[in-house]
Amino acid sequence: MAATISMLKGASNSPVGLARSEENVWIKRGLIIVTLLFLGFFLFLPLAAVFSAALEKGFGAYFASFDDPDALAAIKLTLIAAGIAVPLNLVFGLAAAWLIAKFNFAGKSVLLTLIDLPFAVSPVISGLIYVLLFGLQGWFGPWLAEHDIKIIFAVPGIVLATVFVTFPFVARELIPLMQEQGSDEEQAALVLGANGWQTFWRVTLPNVKWALLYGVILCNARAMGEFGAVSVVSGHIRGMTNTIPLHVEILYNEYNFVAAFAVASLLAILALLTLVAKSLVEWRARQELAAALEPTMIKD
Amino acid sequence: MSIEIRNINKTFGSFTALKDINLLVPSGELVALLGPSGCGKTTLLRIISGLEQPDPGNGAILFHDEDVASRSVADRKIGFVFQHYALFRHMSVFDNVAFGLTVKPRSQRPGKEEIRDQVMELLRLVQLESQANRFPSQLSGGQRQRVALARALAVKPKVLLLDEPFGALDAKVRQELRRWLRRLHDELHVTSVFVTHDQEEALEVSDQVVVMNAGQIEQVGPPAEVYDHPANPFVYQFLGNVNLFHGRIDGGEAKINHLDRSQSEQEVVAYVRPHDLDVSRERTSPDAIEAIVRYIHAAGGMPRLELERLDNGESIAAEVARERYRELELQVGDHLFVTPRNLRFFVEGAPLDYQI
Repeated sequence: MAATISMLKGASNSPVGLARSEENVWIKRGLIIVTLLFLGFFLFLPLAAVFSAALEKGFGAYFASFDDPDALAAIKLTLIAAGIAVPLNLVFGLAAAWLIAKFNFAGKSVLLTLIDLPFAVSPVISGLIYVLLFGLQGWFGPWLAEHDIKIIFAVPGIVLATVFVTFPFVARELIPLMQEQGSDEEQAALVLGANGWQTFWRVTLPNVKWALLYGVILCNARAMGEFGAVSVVSGHIRGMTNTIPLHVEILYNEYNFVAAFAVASLLAILALLTLVAKSLVEWRARQELAAALEPTMIKD
Repeated sequence: MSIEIRNINKTFGSFTALKDINLLVPSGELVALLGPSGCGKTTLLRIISGLEQPDPGNGAILFHDEDVASRSVADRKIGFVFQHYALFRHMSVFDNVAFGLTVKPRSQRPGKEEIRDQVMELLRLVQLESQANRFPSQLSGGQRQRVALARALAVKPKVLLLDEPFGALDAKVRQELRRWLRRLHDELHVTSVFVTHDQEEALEVSDQVVVMNAGQIEQVGPPAEVYDHPANPFVYQFLGNVNLFHGRIDGGEAKINHLDRSQSEQEVVAYVRPHDLDVSRERTSPDAIEAIVRYIHAAGGMPRLELERLDNGESIAAEVARERYRELELQVGDHLFVTPRNLRFFVEGAPLDYQI
């Protein structure tokens, strides 16, 4: 929110002629009030509600909610799904961004659109795709059943759905940056005798590290918070195939409000941590840019 | 190390970038590839470097009589200076220059101290010792260009290739840098090829100029030779300002001051540089062309006149020495006689061995 306010302030400073007039001061104040009200109603109130409901019966009841083996299993499964999806999408995102930014080939725009697909389709459909593919009645269902491999209503299905839903995040952060940077520096490295590996580690990666980290943070937040796609493939087996968001839903449906909100507060804390991490990364990247742009006083 | 290019072709889709190029760059020389944009000069440079591959065929690229066509960029031992420098933006000036040394395989890599000494030596050479810890974005264009050069020289290349090395700099820095490059080359004597579209730059800096047009080499020679004896109208027009006269061959003599083309035996085109035109108030030769002064640009070493021919209305550009300009007391609207001193005739693109 602080960012929003300072942004509004900054905006009013730029058109010098307008800023002076009485009217504009009121427009500025009005906009700030509207923004604060909106954020308060849709963000802070719900966030506060989550924590107050979670702590309704005191800290004892709050922490007791995490003592439940089912809750612990849900946390573990969420960590597993994110732990697989994030590294996988980091590698995929880097590879896809590199391919799109540094090479020309037929079908490039189609590939770009495909990368955006998980953003475009409803998560429920993302989950259904896997049911249709790997479910008992699905394409590979009979074969999988024959070999006693369980994907749907099991951990692999949850991981698959999570990977699918989160794969655009890293690629989307990297593509515009890598396109803008071009491949001159890589060519320079090659001419200087670096091999492909050295070029990647010493030139390509350092140039995109902040965007990469930013993408990973967003990817992780989504991987841990995903509900729709995971819900379809999970089967909601307690202690087996429930992730944190699914566990919250079950507890809530059972009128176990304290436990539901206590577990939900974990996701809220994750969101807050994500925001902090995201701001830190942005701040670091800006610092570096500012340091690099510091004017030089020495003459040519 | 000499560079020899044999029968190199390059096409991009249906566009022919290079058409059967043959060229020899003698060892230790500084050679300019000069031509308008799109003439294939950069493509040729990139093919020499290995960043671009020529079309398959019987073409060959030889470094010191050794075919390098199948060698990778890294194995060709070249230094390449990119048009927009391509400095590593996240590395300091020192690390940029050291890069080529630090990526060497462990067995060939010099020790830390040695790398340090070599880099500082190079930075001294390009006069940037005090900037070692700065980042590329903190440097001016001229400084970045010098870092790029130092970085390319760090791997002790046998061949130095420069793509429009001064293209992105302002006029004054450009002039200083190209003189500096010439001096540097005289010190190091590394075979160098640079690409430019600026004829002045090519003529001033290089030992040999390779004039290119539309994927082909038009002429190769020392600067004075290509300037004074252009092989064809393109070279003539590309190397500096020029006046063009249409004429005809009449009784074995080429004439340019007659309009009557009906009795032409063969049409000729004649070129003359603005500074090779004599102007006077009286007719001094039967070949003189009558013209009226339309504009005078008096600023600069040689005042420039824009003249209009009385007989056919075509315009002529002339440059006169300052003393002559003062002596004639020229004004706009004056009536003058123009006599070409050094006409070059071309018949259908080929030079005619005849000069006034």
